[in-house]
Amino acid sequence: MTRRLAGAALGLATLVLLAVVWELYKWLGPADGWSIGEARVLPRTSDLAMPHTWEILSRLADPLTAAPGAPSLARAVLAAGAFSFGIALLSWLLGVTVGILLALGMQRLRVVESAVLPLVILSQTIPLIALAPLVRGWGSRLYLGPVEWEPWMSVAVIASYLAFFPVAVGALRGLQSPDTIHVELMRSYGAGWWATLLRLRLPASVPHLLPALRLAAANAVVGTVVAEVATGIPGGLGRMILEFANFASSDPAKPWAPLLGAVLLGLVVAGLVALIGLPLSRFRRVEVSA
Amino acid sequence: MTNHRRTPTRVGLVGLAAALVLAGCTVADEDGGGADSPSTEGESTEALTPVSLQLQWLTQAQFAGYYAALEAGYYEEEGLDVEILPSGGDIVPQDALAGGEVDYAIAWVPKVLGTIEQGADVVNVAQIFERSATLQVAFADAGIESVEDLDGKVIGSWGYGNEWELFAGLNQAGVEDVEIVQQAFDMNAFLAGDIDAAQAMTYNEYAQLLEAENPETGELYQPEDFVVIDWNEVGTAMLQDAIWADAERLESDPGYAETTVKFLKASIRGWIDARDDAAAAAETVTAAGSTLGASHQLWMTNEVNKLIWPSSTGGIGTIDPAAWEATVAMALETSNETGATIISEEPAEDAYTNEYVEQALAELAEEGLDVVGEDFEPIEVALNPGGA
Repeated sequence: MTRRLAGAALGLATLVLLAVVWELYKWLGPADGWSIGEARVLPRTSDLAMPHTWEILSRLADPLTAAPGAPSLARAVLAAGAFSFGIALLSWLLGVTVGILLALGMQRLRVVESAVLPLVILSQTIPLIALAPLVRGWGSRLYLGPVEWEPWMSVAVIASYLAFFPVAVGALRGLQSPDTIHVELMRSYGAGWWATLLRLRLPASVPHLLPALRLAAANAVVGTVVAEVATGIPGGLGRMILEFANFASSDPAKPWAPLLGAVLLGLVVAGLVALIGLPLSRFRRVEVSA
Repeated sequence: MTNHRRTPTRVGLVGLAAALVLAGCTVADEDGGGADSPSTEGESTEALTPVSLQLQWLTQAQFAGYYAALEAGYYEEEGLDVEILPSGGDIVPQDALAGGEVDYAIAWVPKVLGTIEQGADVVNVAQIFERSATLQVAFADAGIESVEDLDGKVIGSWGYGNEWELFAGLNQAGVEDVEIVQQAFDMNAFLAGDIDAAQAMTYNEYAQLLEAENPETGELYQPEDFVVIDWNEVGTAMLQDAIWADAERLESDPGYAETTVKFLKASIRGWIDARDDAAAAAETVTAAGSTLGASHQLWMTNEVNKLIWPSSTGGIGTIDPAAWEATVAMALETSNETGATIISEEPAEDAYTNEYVEQALAELAEEGLDVVGEDFEPIEVALNPGGA
């Protein structure tokens, strides 16, 4: 318990440190930023480019707009975050399911691995800007019976497309990680593929799988926000980032709010994935980076 | 020992699997519910023809007329169940229309001309915006009074087809020595002095400038602080927001042709409402999910009204052949910084048609509605800091 408290305190201290670094740079940094040739490598320190941290925070408490009954900015961001969270979680589940199924298929049959693994890697080279209109176009032409293809489903598909990759690769490495001697021991027991999978391969894959799940979570969050920007669907953080970007000149603290929301979303999702790791901790003798 | 170790393993894994399945179920249930509710709505309005409209940007007062028509039930009165789809960074409305994803799309004429040349079979059925809203803005003390003064300056542009009026203006004035820089959504680069003349829409970015604080006075910037180059005045304005339809379907499907007239009729009624009560239209757009500030939204509604009203073509939406020809001519001649032009040959004559909008206007005029707006007077909008 004390360890966890210490961890939380450390996390909080890092946040404060970040804010201090921000303010120090704003105070001491060159007003015009710092450029190498044409490329600006350090930002300007103006109130437009870098609003004070306390202004960003206090803006959160102010109403979203001057319209009567407008919610506070923080509330609007939280609502948008909840919307994006739902999509990200669904994408993560989709991505993890597809990733694990692919890994199982690739582990089971060598020929599947040879055929699918290059495609899996290739799949990640398609830029999102090309993918977003395609997915939306295909989705709108799908016939799903009484269910109509909703724009948010396109976002979920795009985000899960990013999320499945680390799981497929990580789980495959995990399933293949047991030493030959252990596999042969199972074979000498007369254990079939299923028994070997359940008793040997799955437990052995945990140290590979957990980091892959975390990566998938990060990809699901980023994918959701970016796909929201790409398709412009209302309700989520991505759209809010796009919409508030307009006001960087006239309300400089406002565009930072949905970014904070995205950070919070990432933390929540990472926390949830960490929870999955708890009951599996006895398998995490060594954690392997994906 | 081994047994003791194995059992909790299995329990743990089964527990994890169960948790995943349960989580999956809850989400799936929610989806089912979410997807069900619109379909039940669909059942109660079964007689309505479903119609989808693809916008070219997020929900905002640029599209006030469509939202006003939806809110007032004009589409429903015409027997249409209209769904308005906002667009984001990567959705190209005319591509969505040509791909059969949507029934109608809002897009700028020069952008679509390029798409038509690449084979898209779409047709302009109503030119809602008669005037161009694109400006190039400079500080009043920057010594930029005309297009000629842009010589040797750093000019901001968003690109992606939004730059053609600027290049047409530069070409016309014979200005070649300019540095074109990619402009972000905000005006920070302009305010910081990185850009001498920034691109701005009258209804959006120009307002952002007037909502920003002038560090010298501590007050908001005033129109006197800036010089604007208005492409309408320079003579290189191109046609902007138009309603596009699927040309092939118009030919082959009489039902779609009929729907097009109804859709135009209801949309124009929405624009008439937006003209007559800009404040109500702005509120409708905000209620439809825009998070733009109230004064910014009202400013945008008012500025968009100025682009439409009064109509000089005989009625809102009517395509002026001269303006169309001018846009086509500029699309053929104007070359950007890479030397490319929008199109290399004239589009077919049937790339626009007044057939449907004229029918819609005639029916509306018969109902006693003013489709010209001769007496239109814009309102005065006071912008608040940050557009709030």
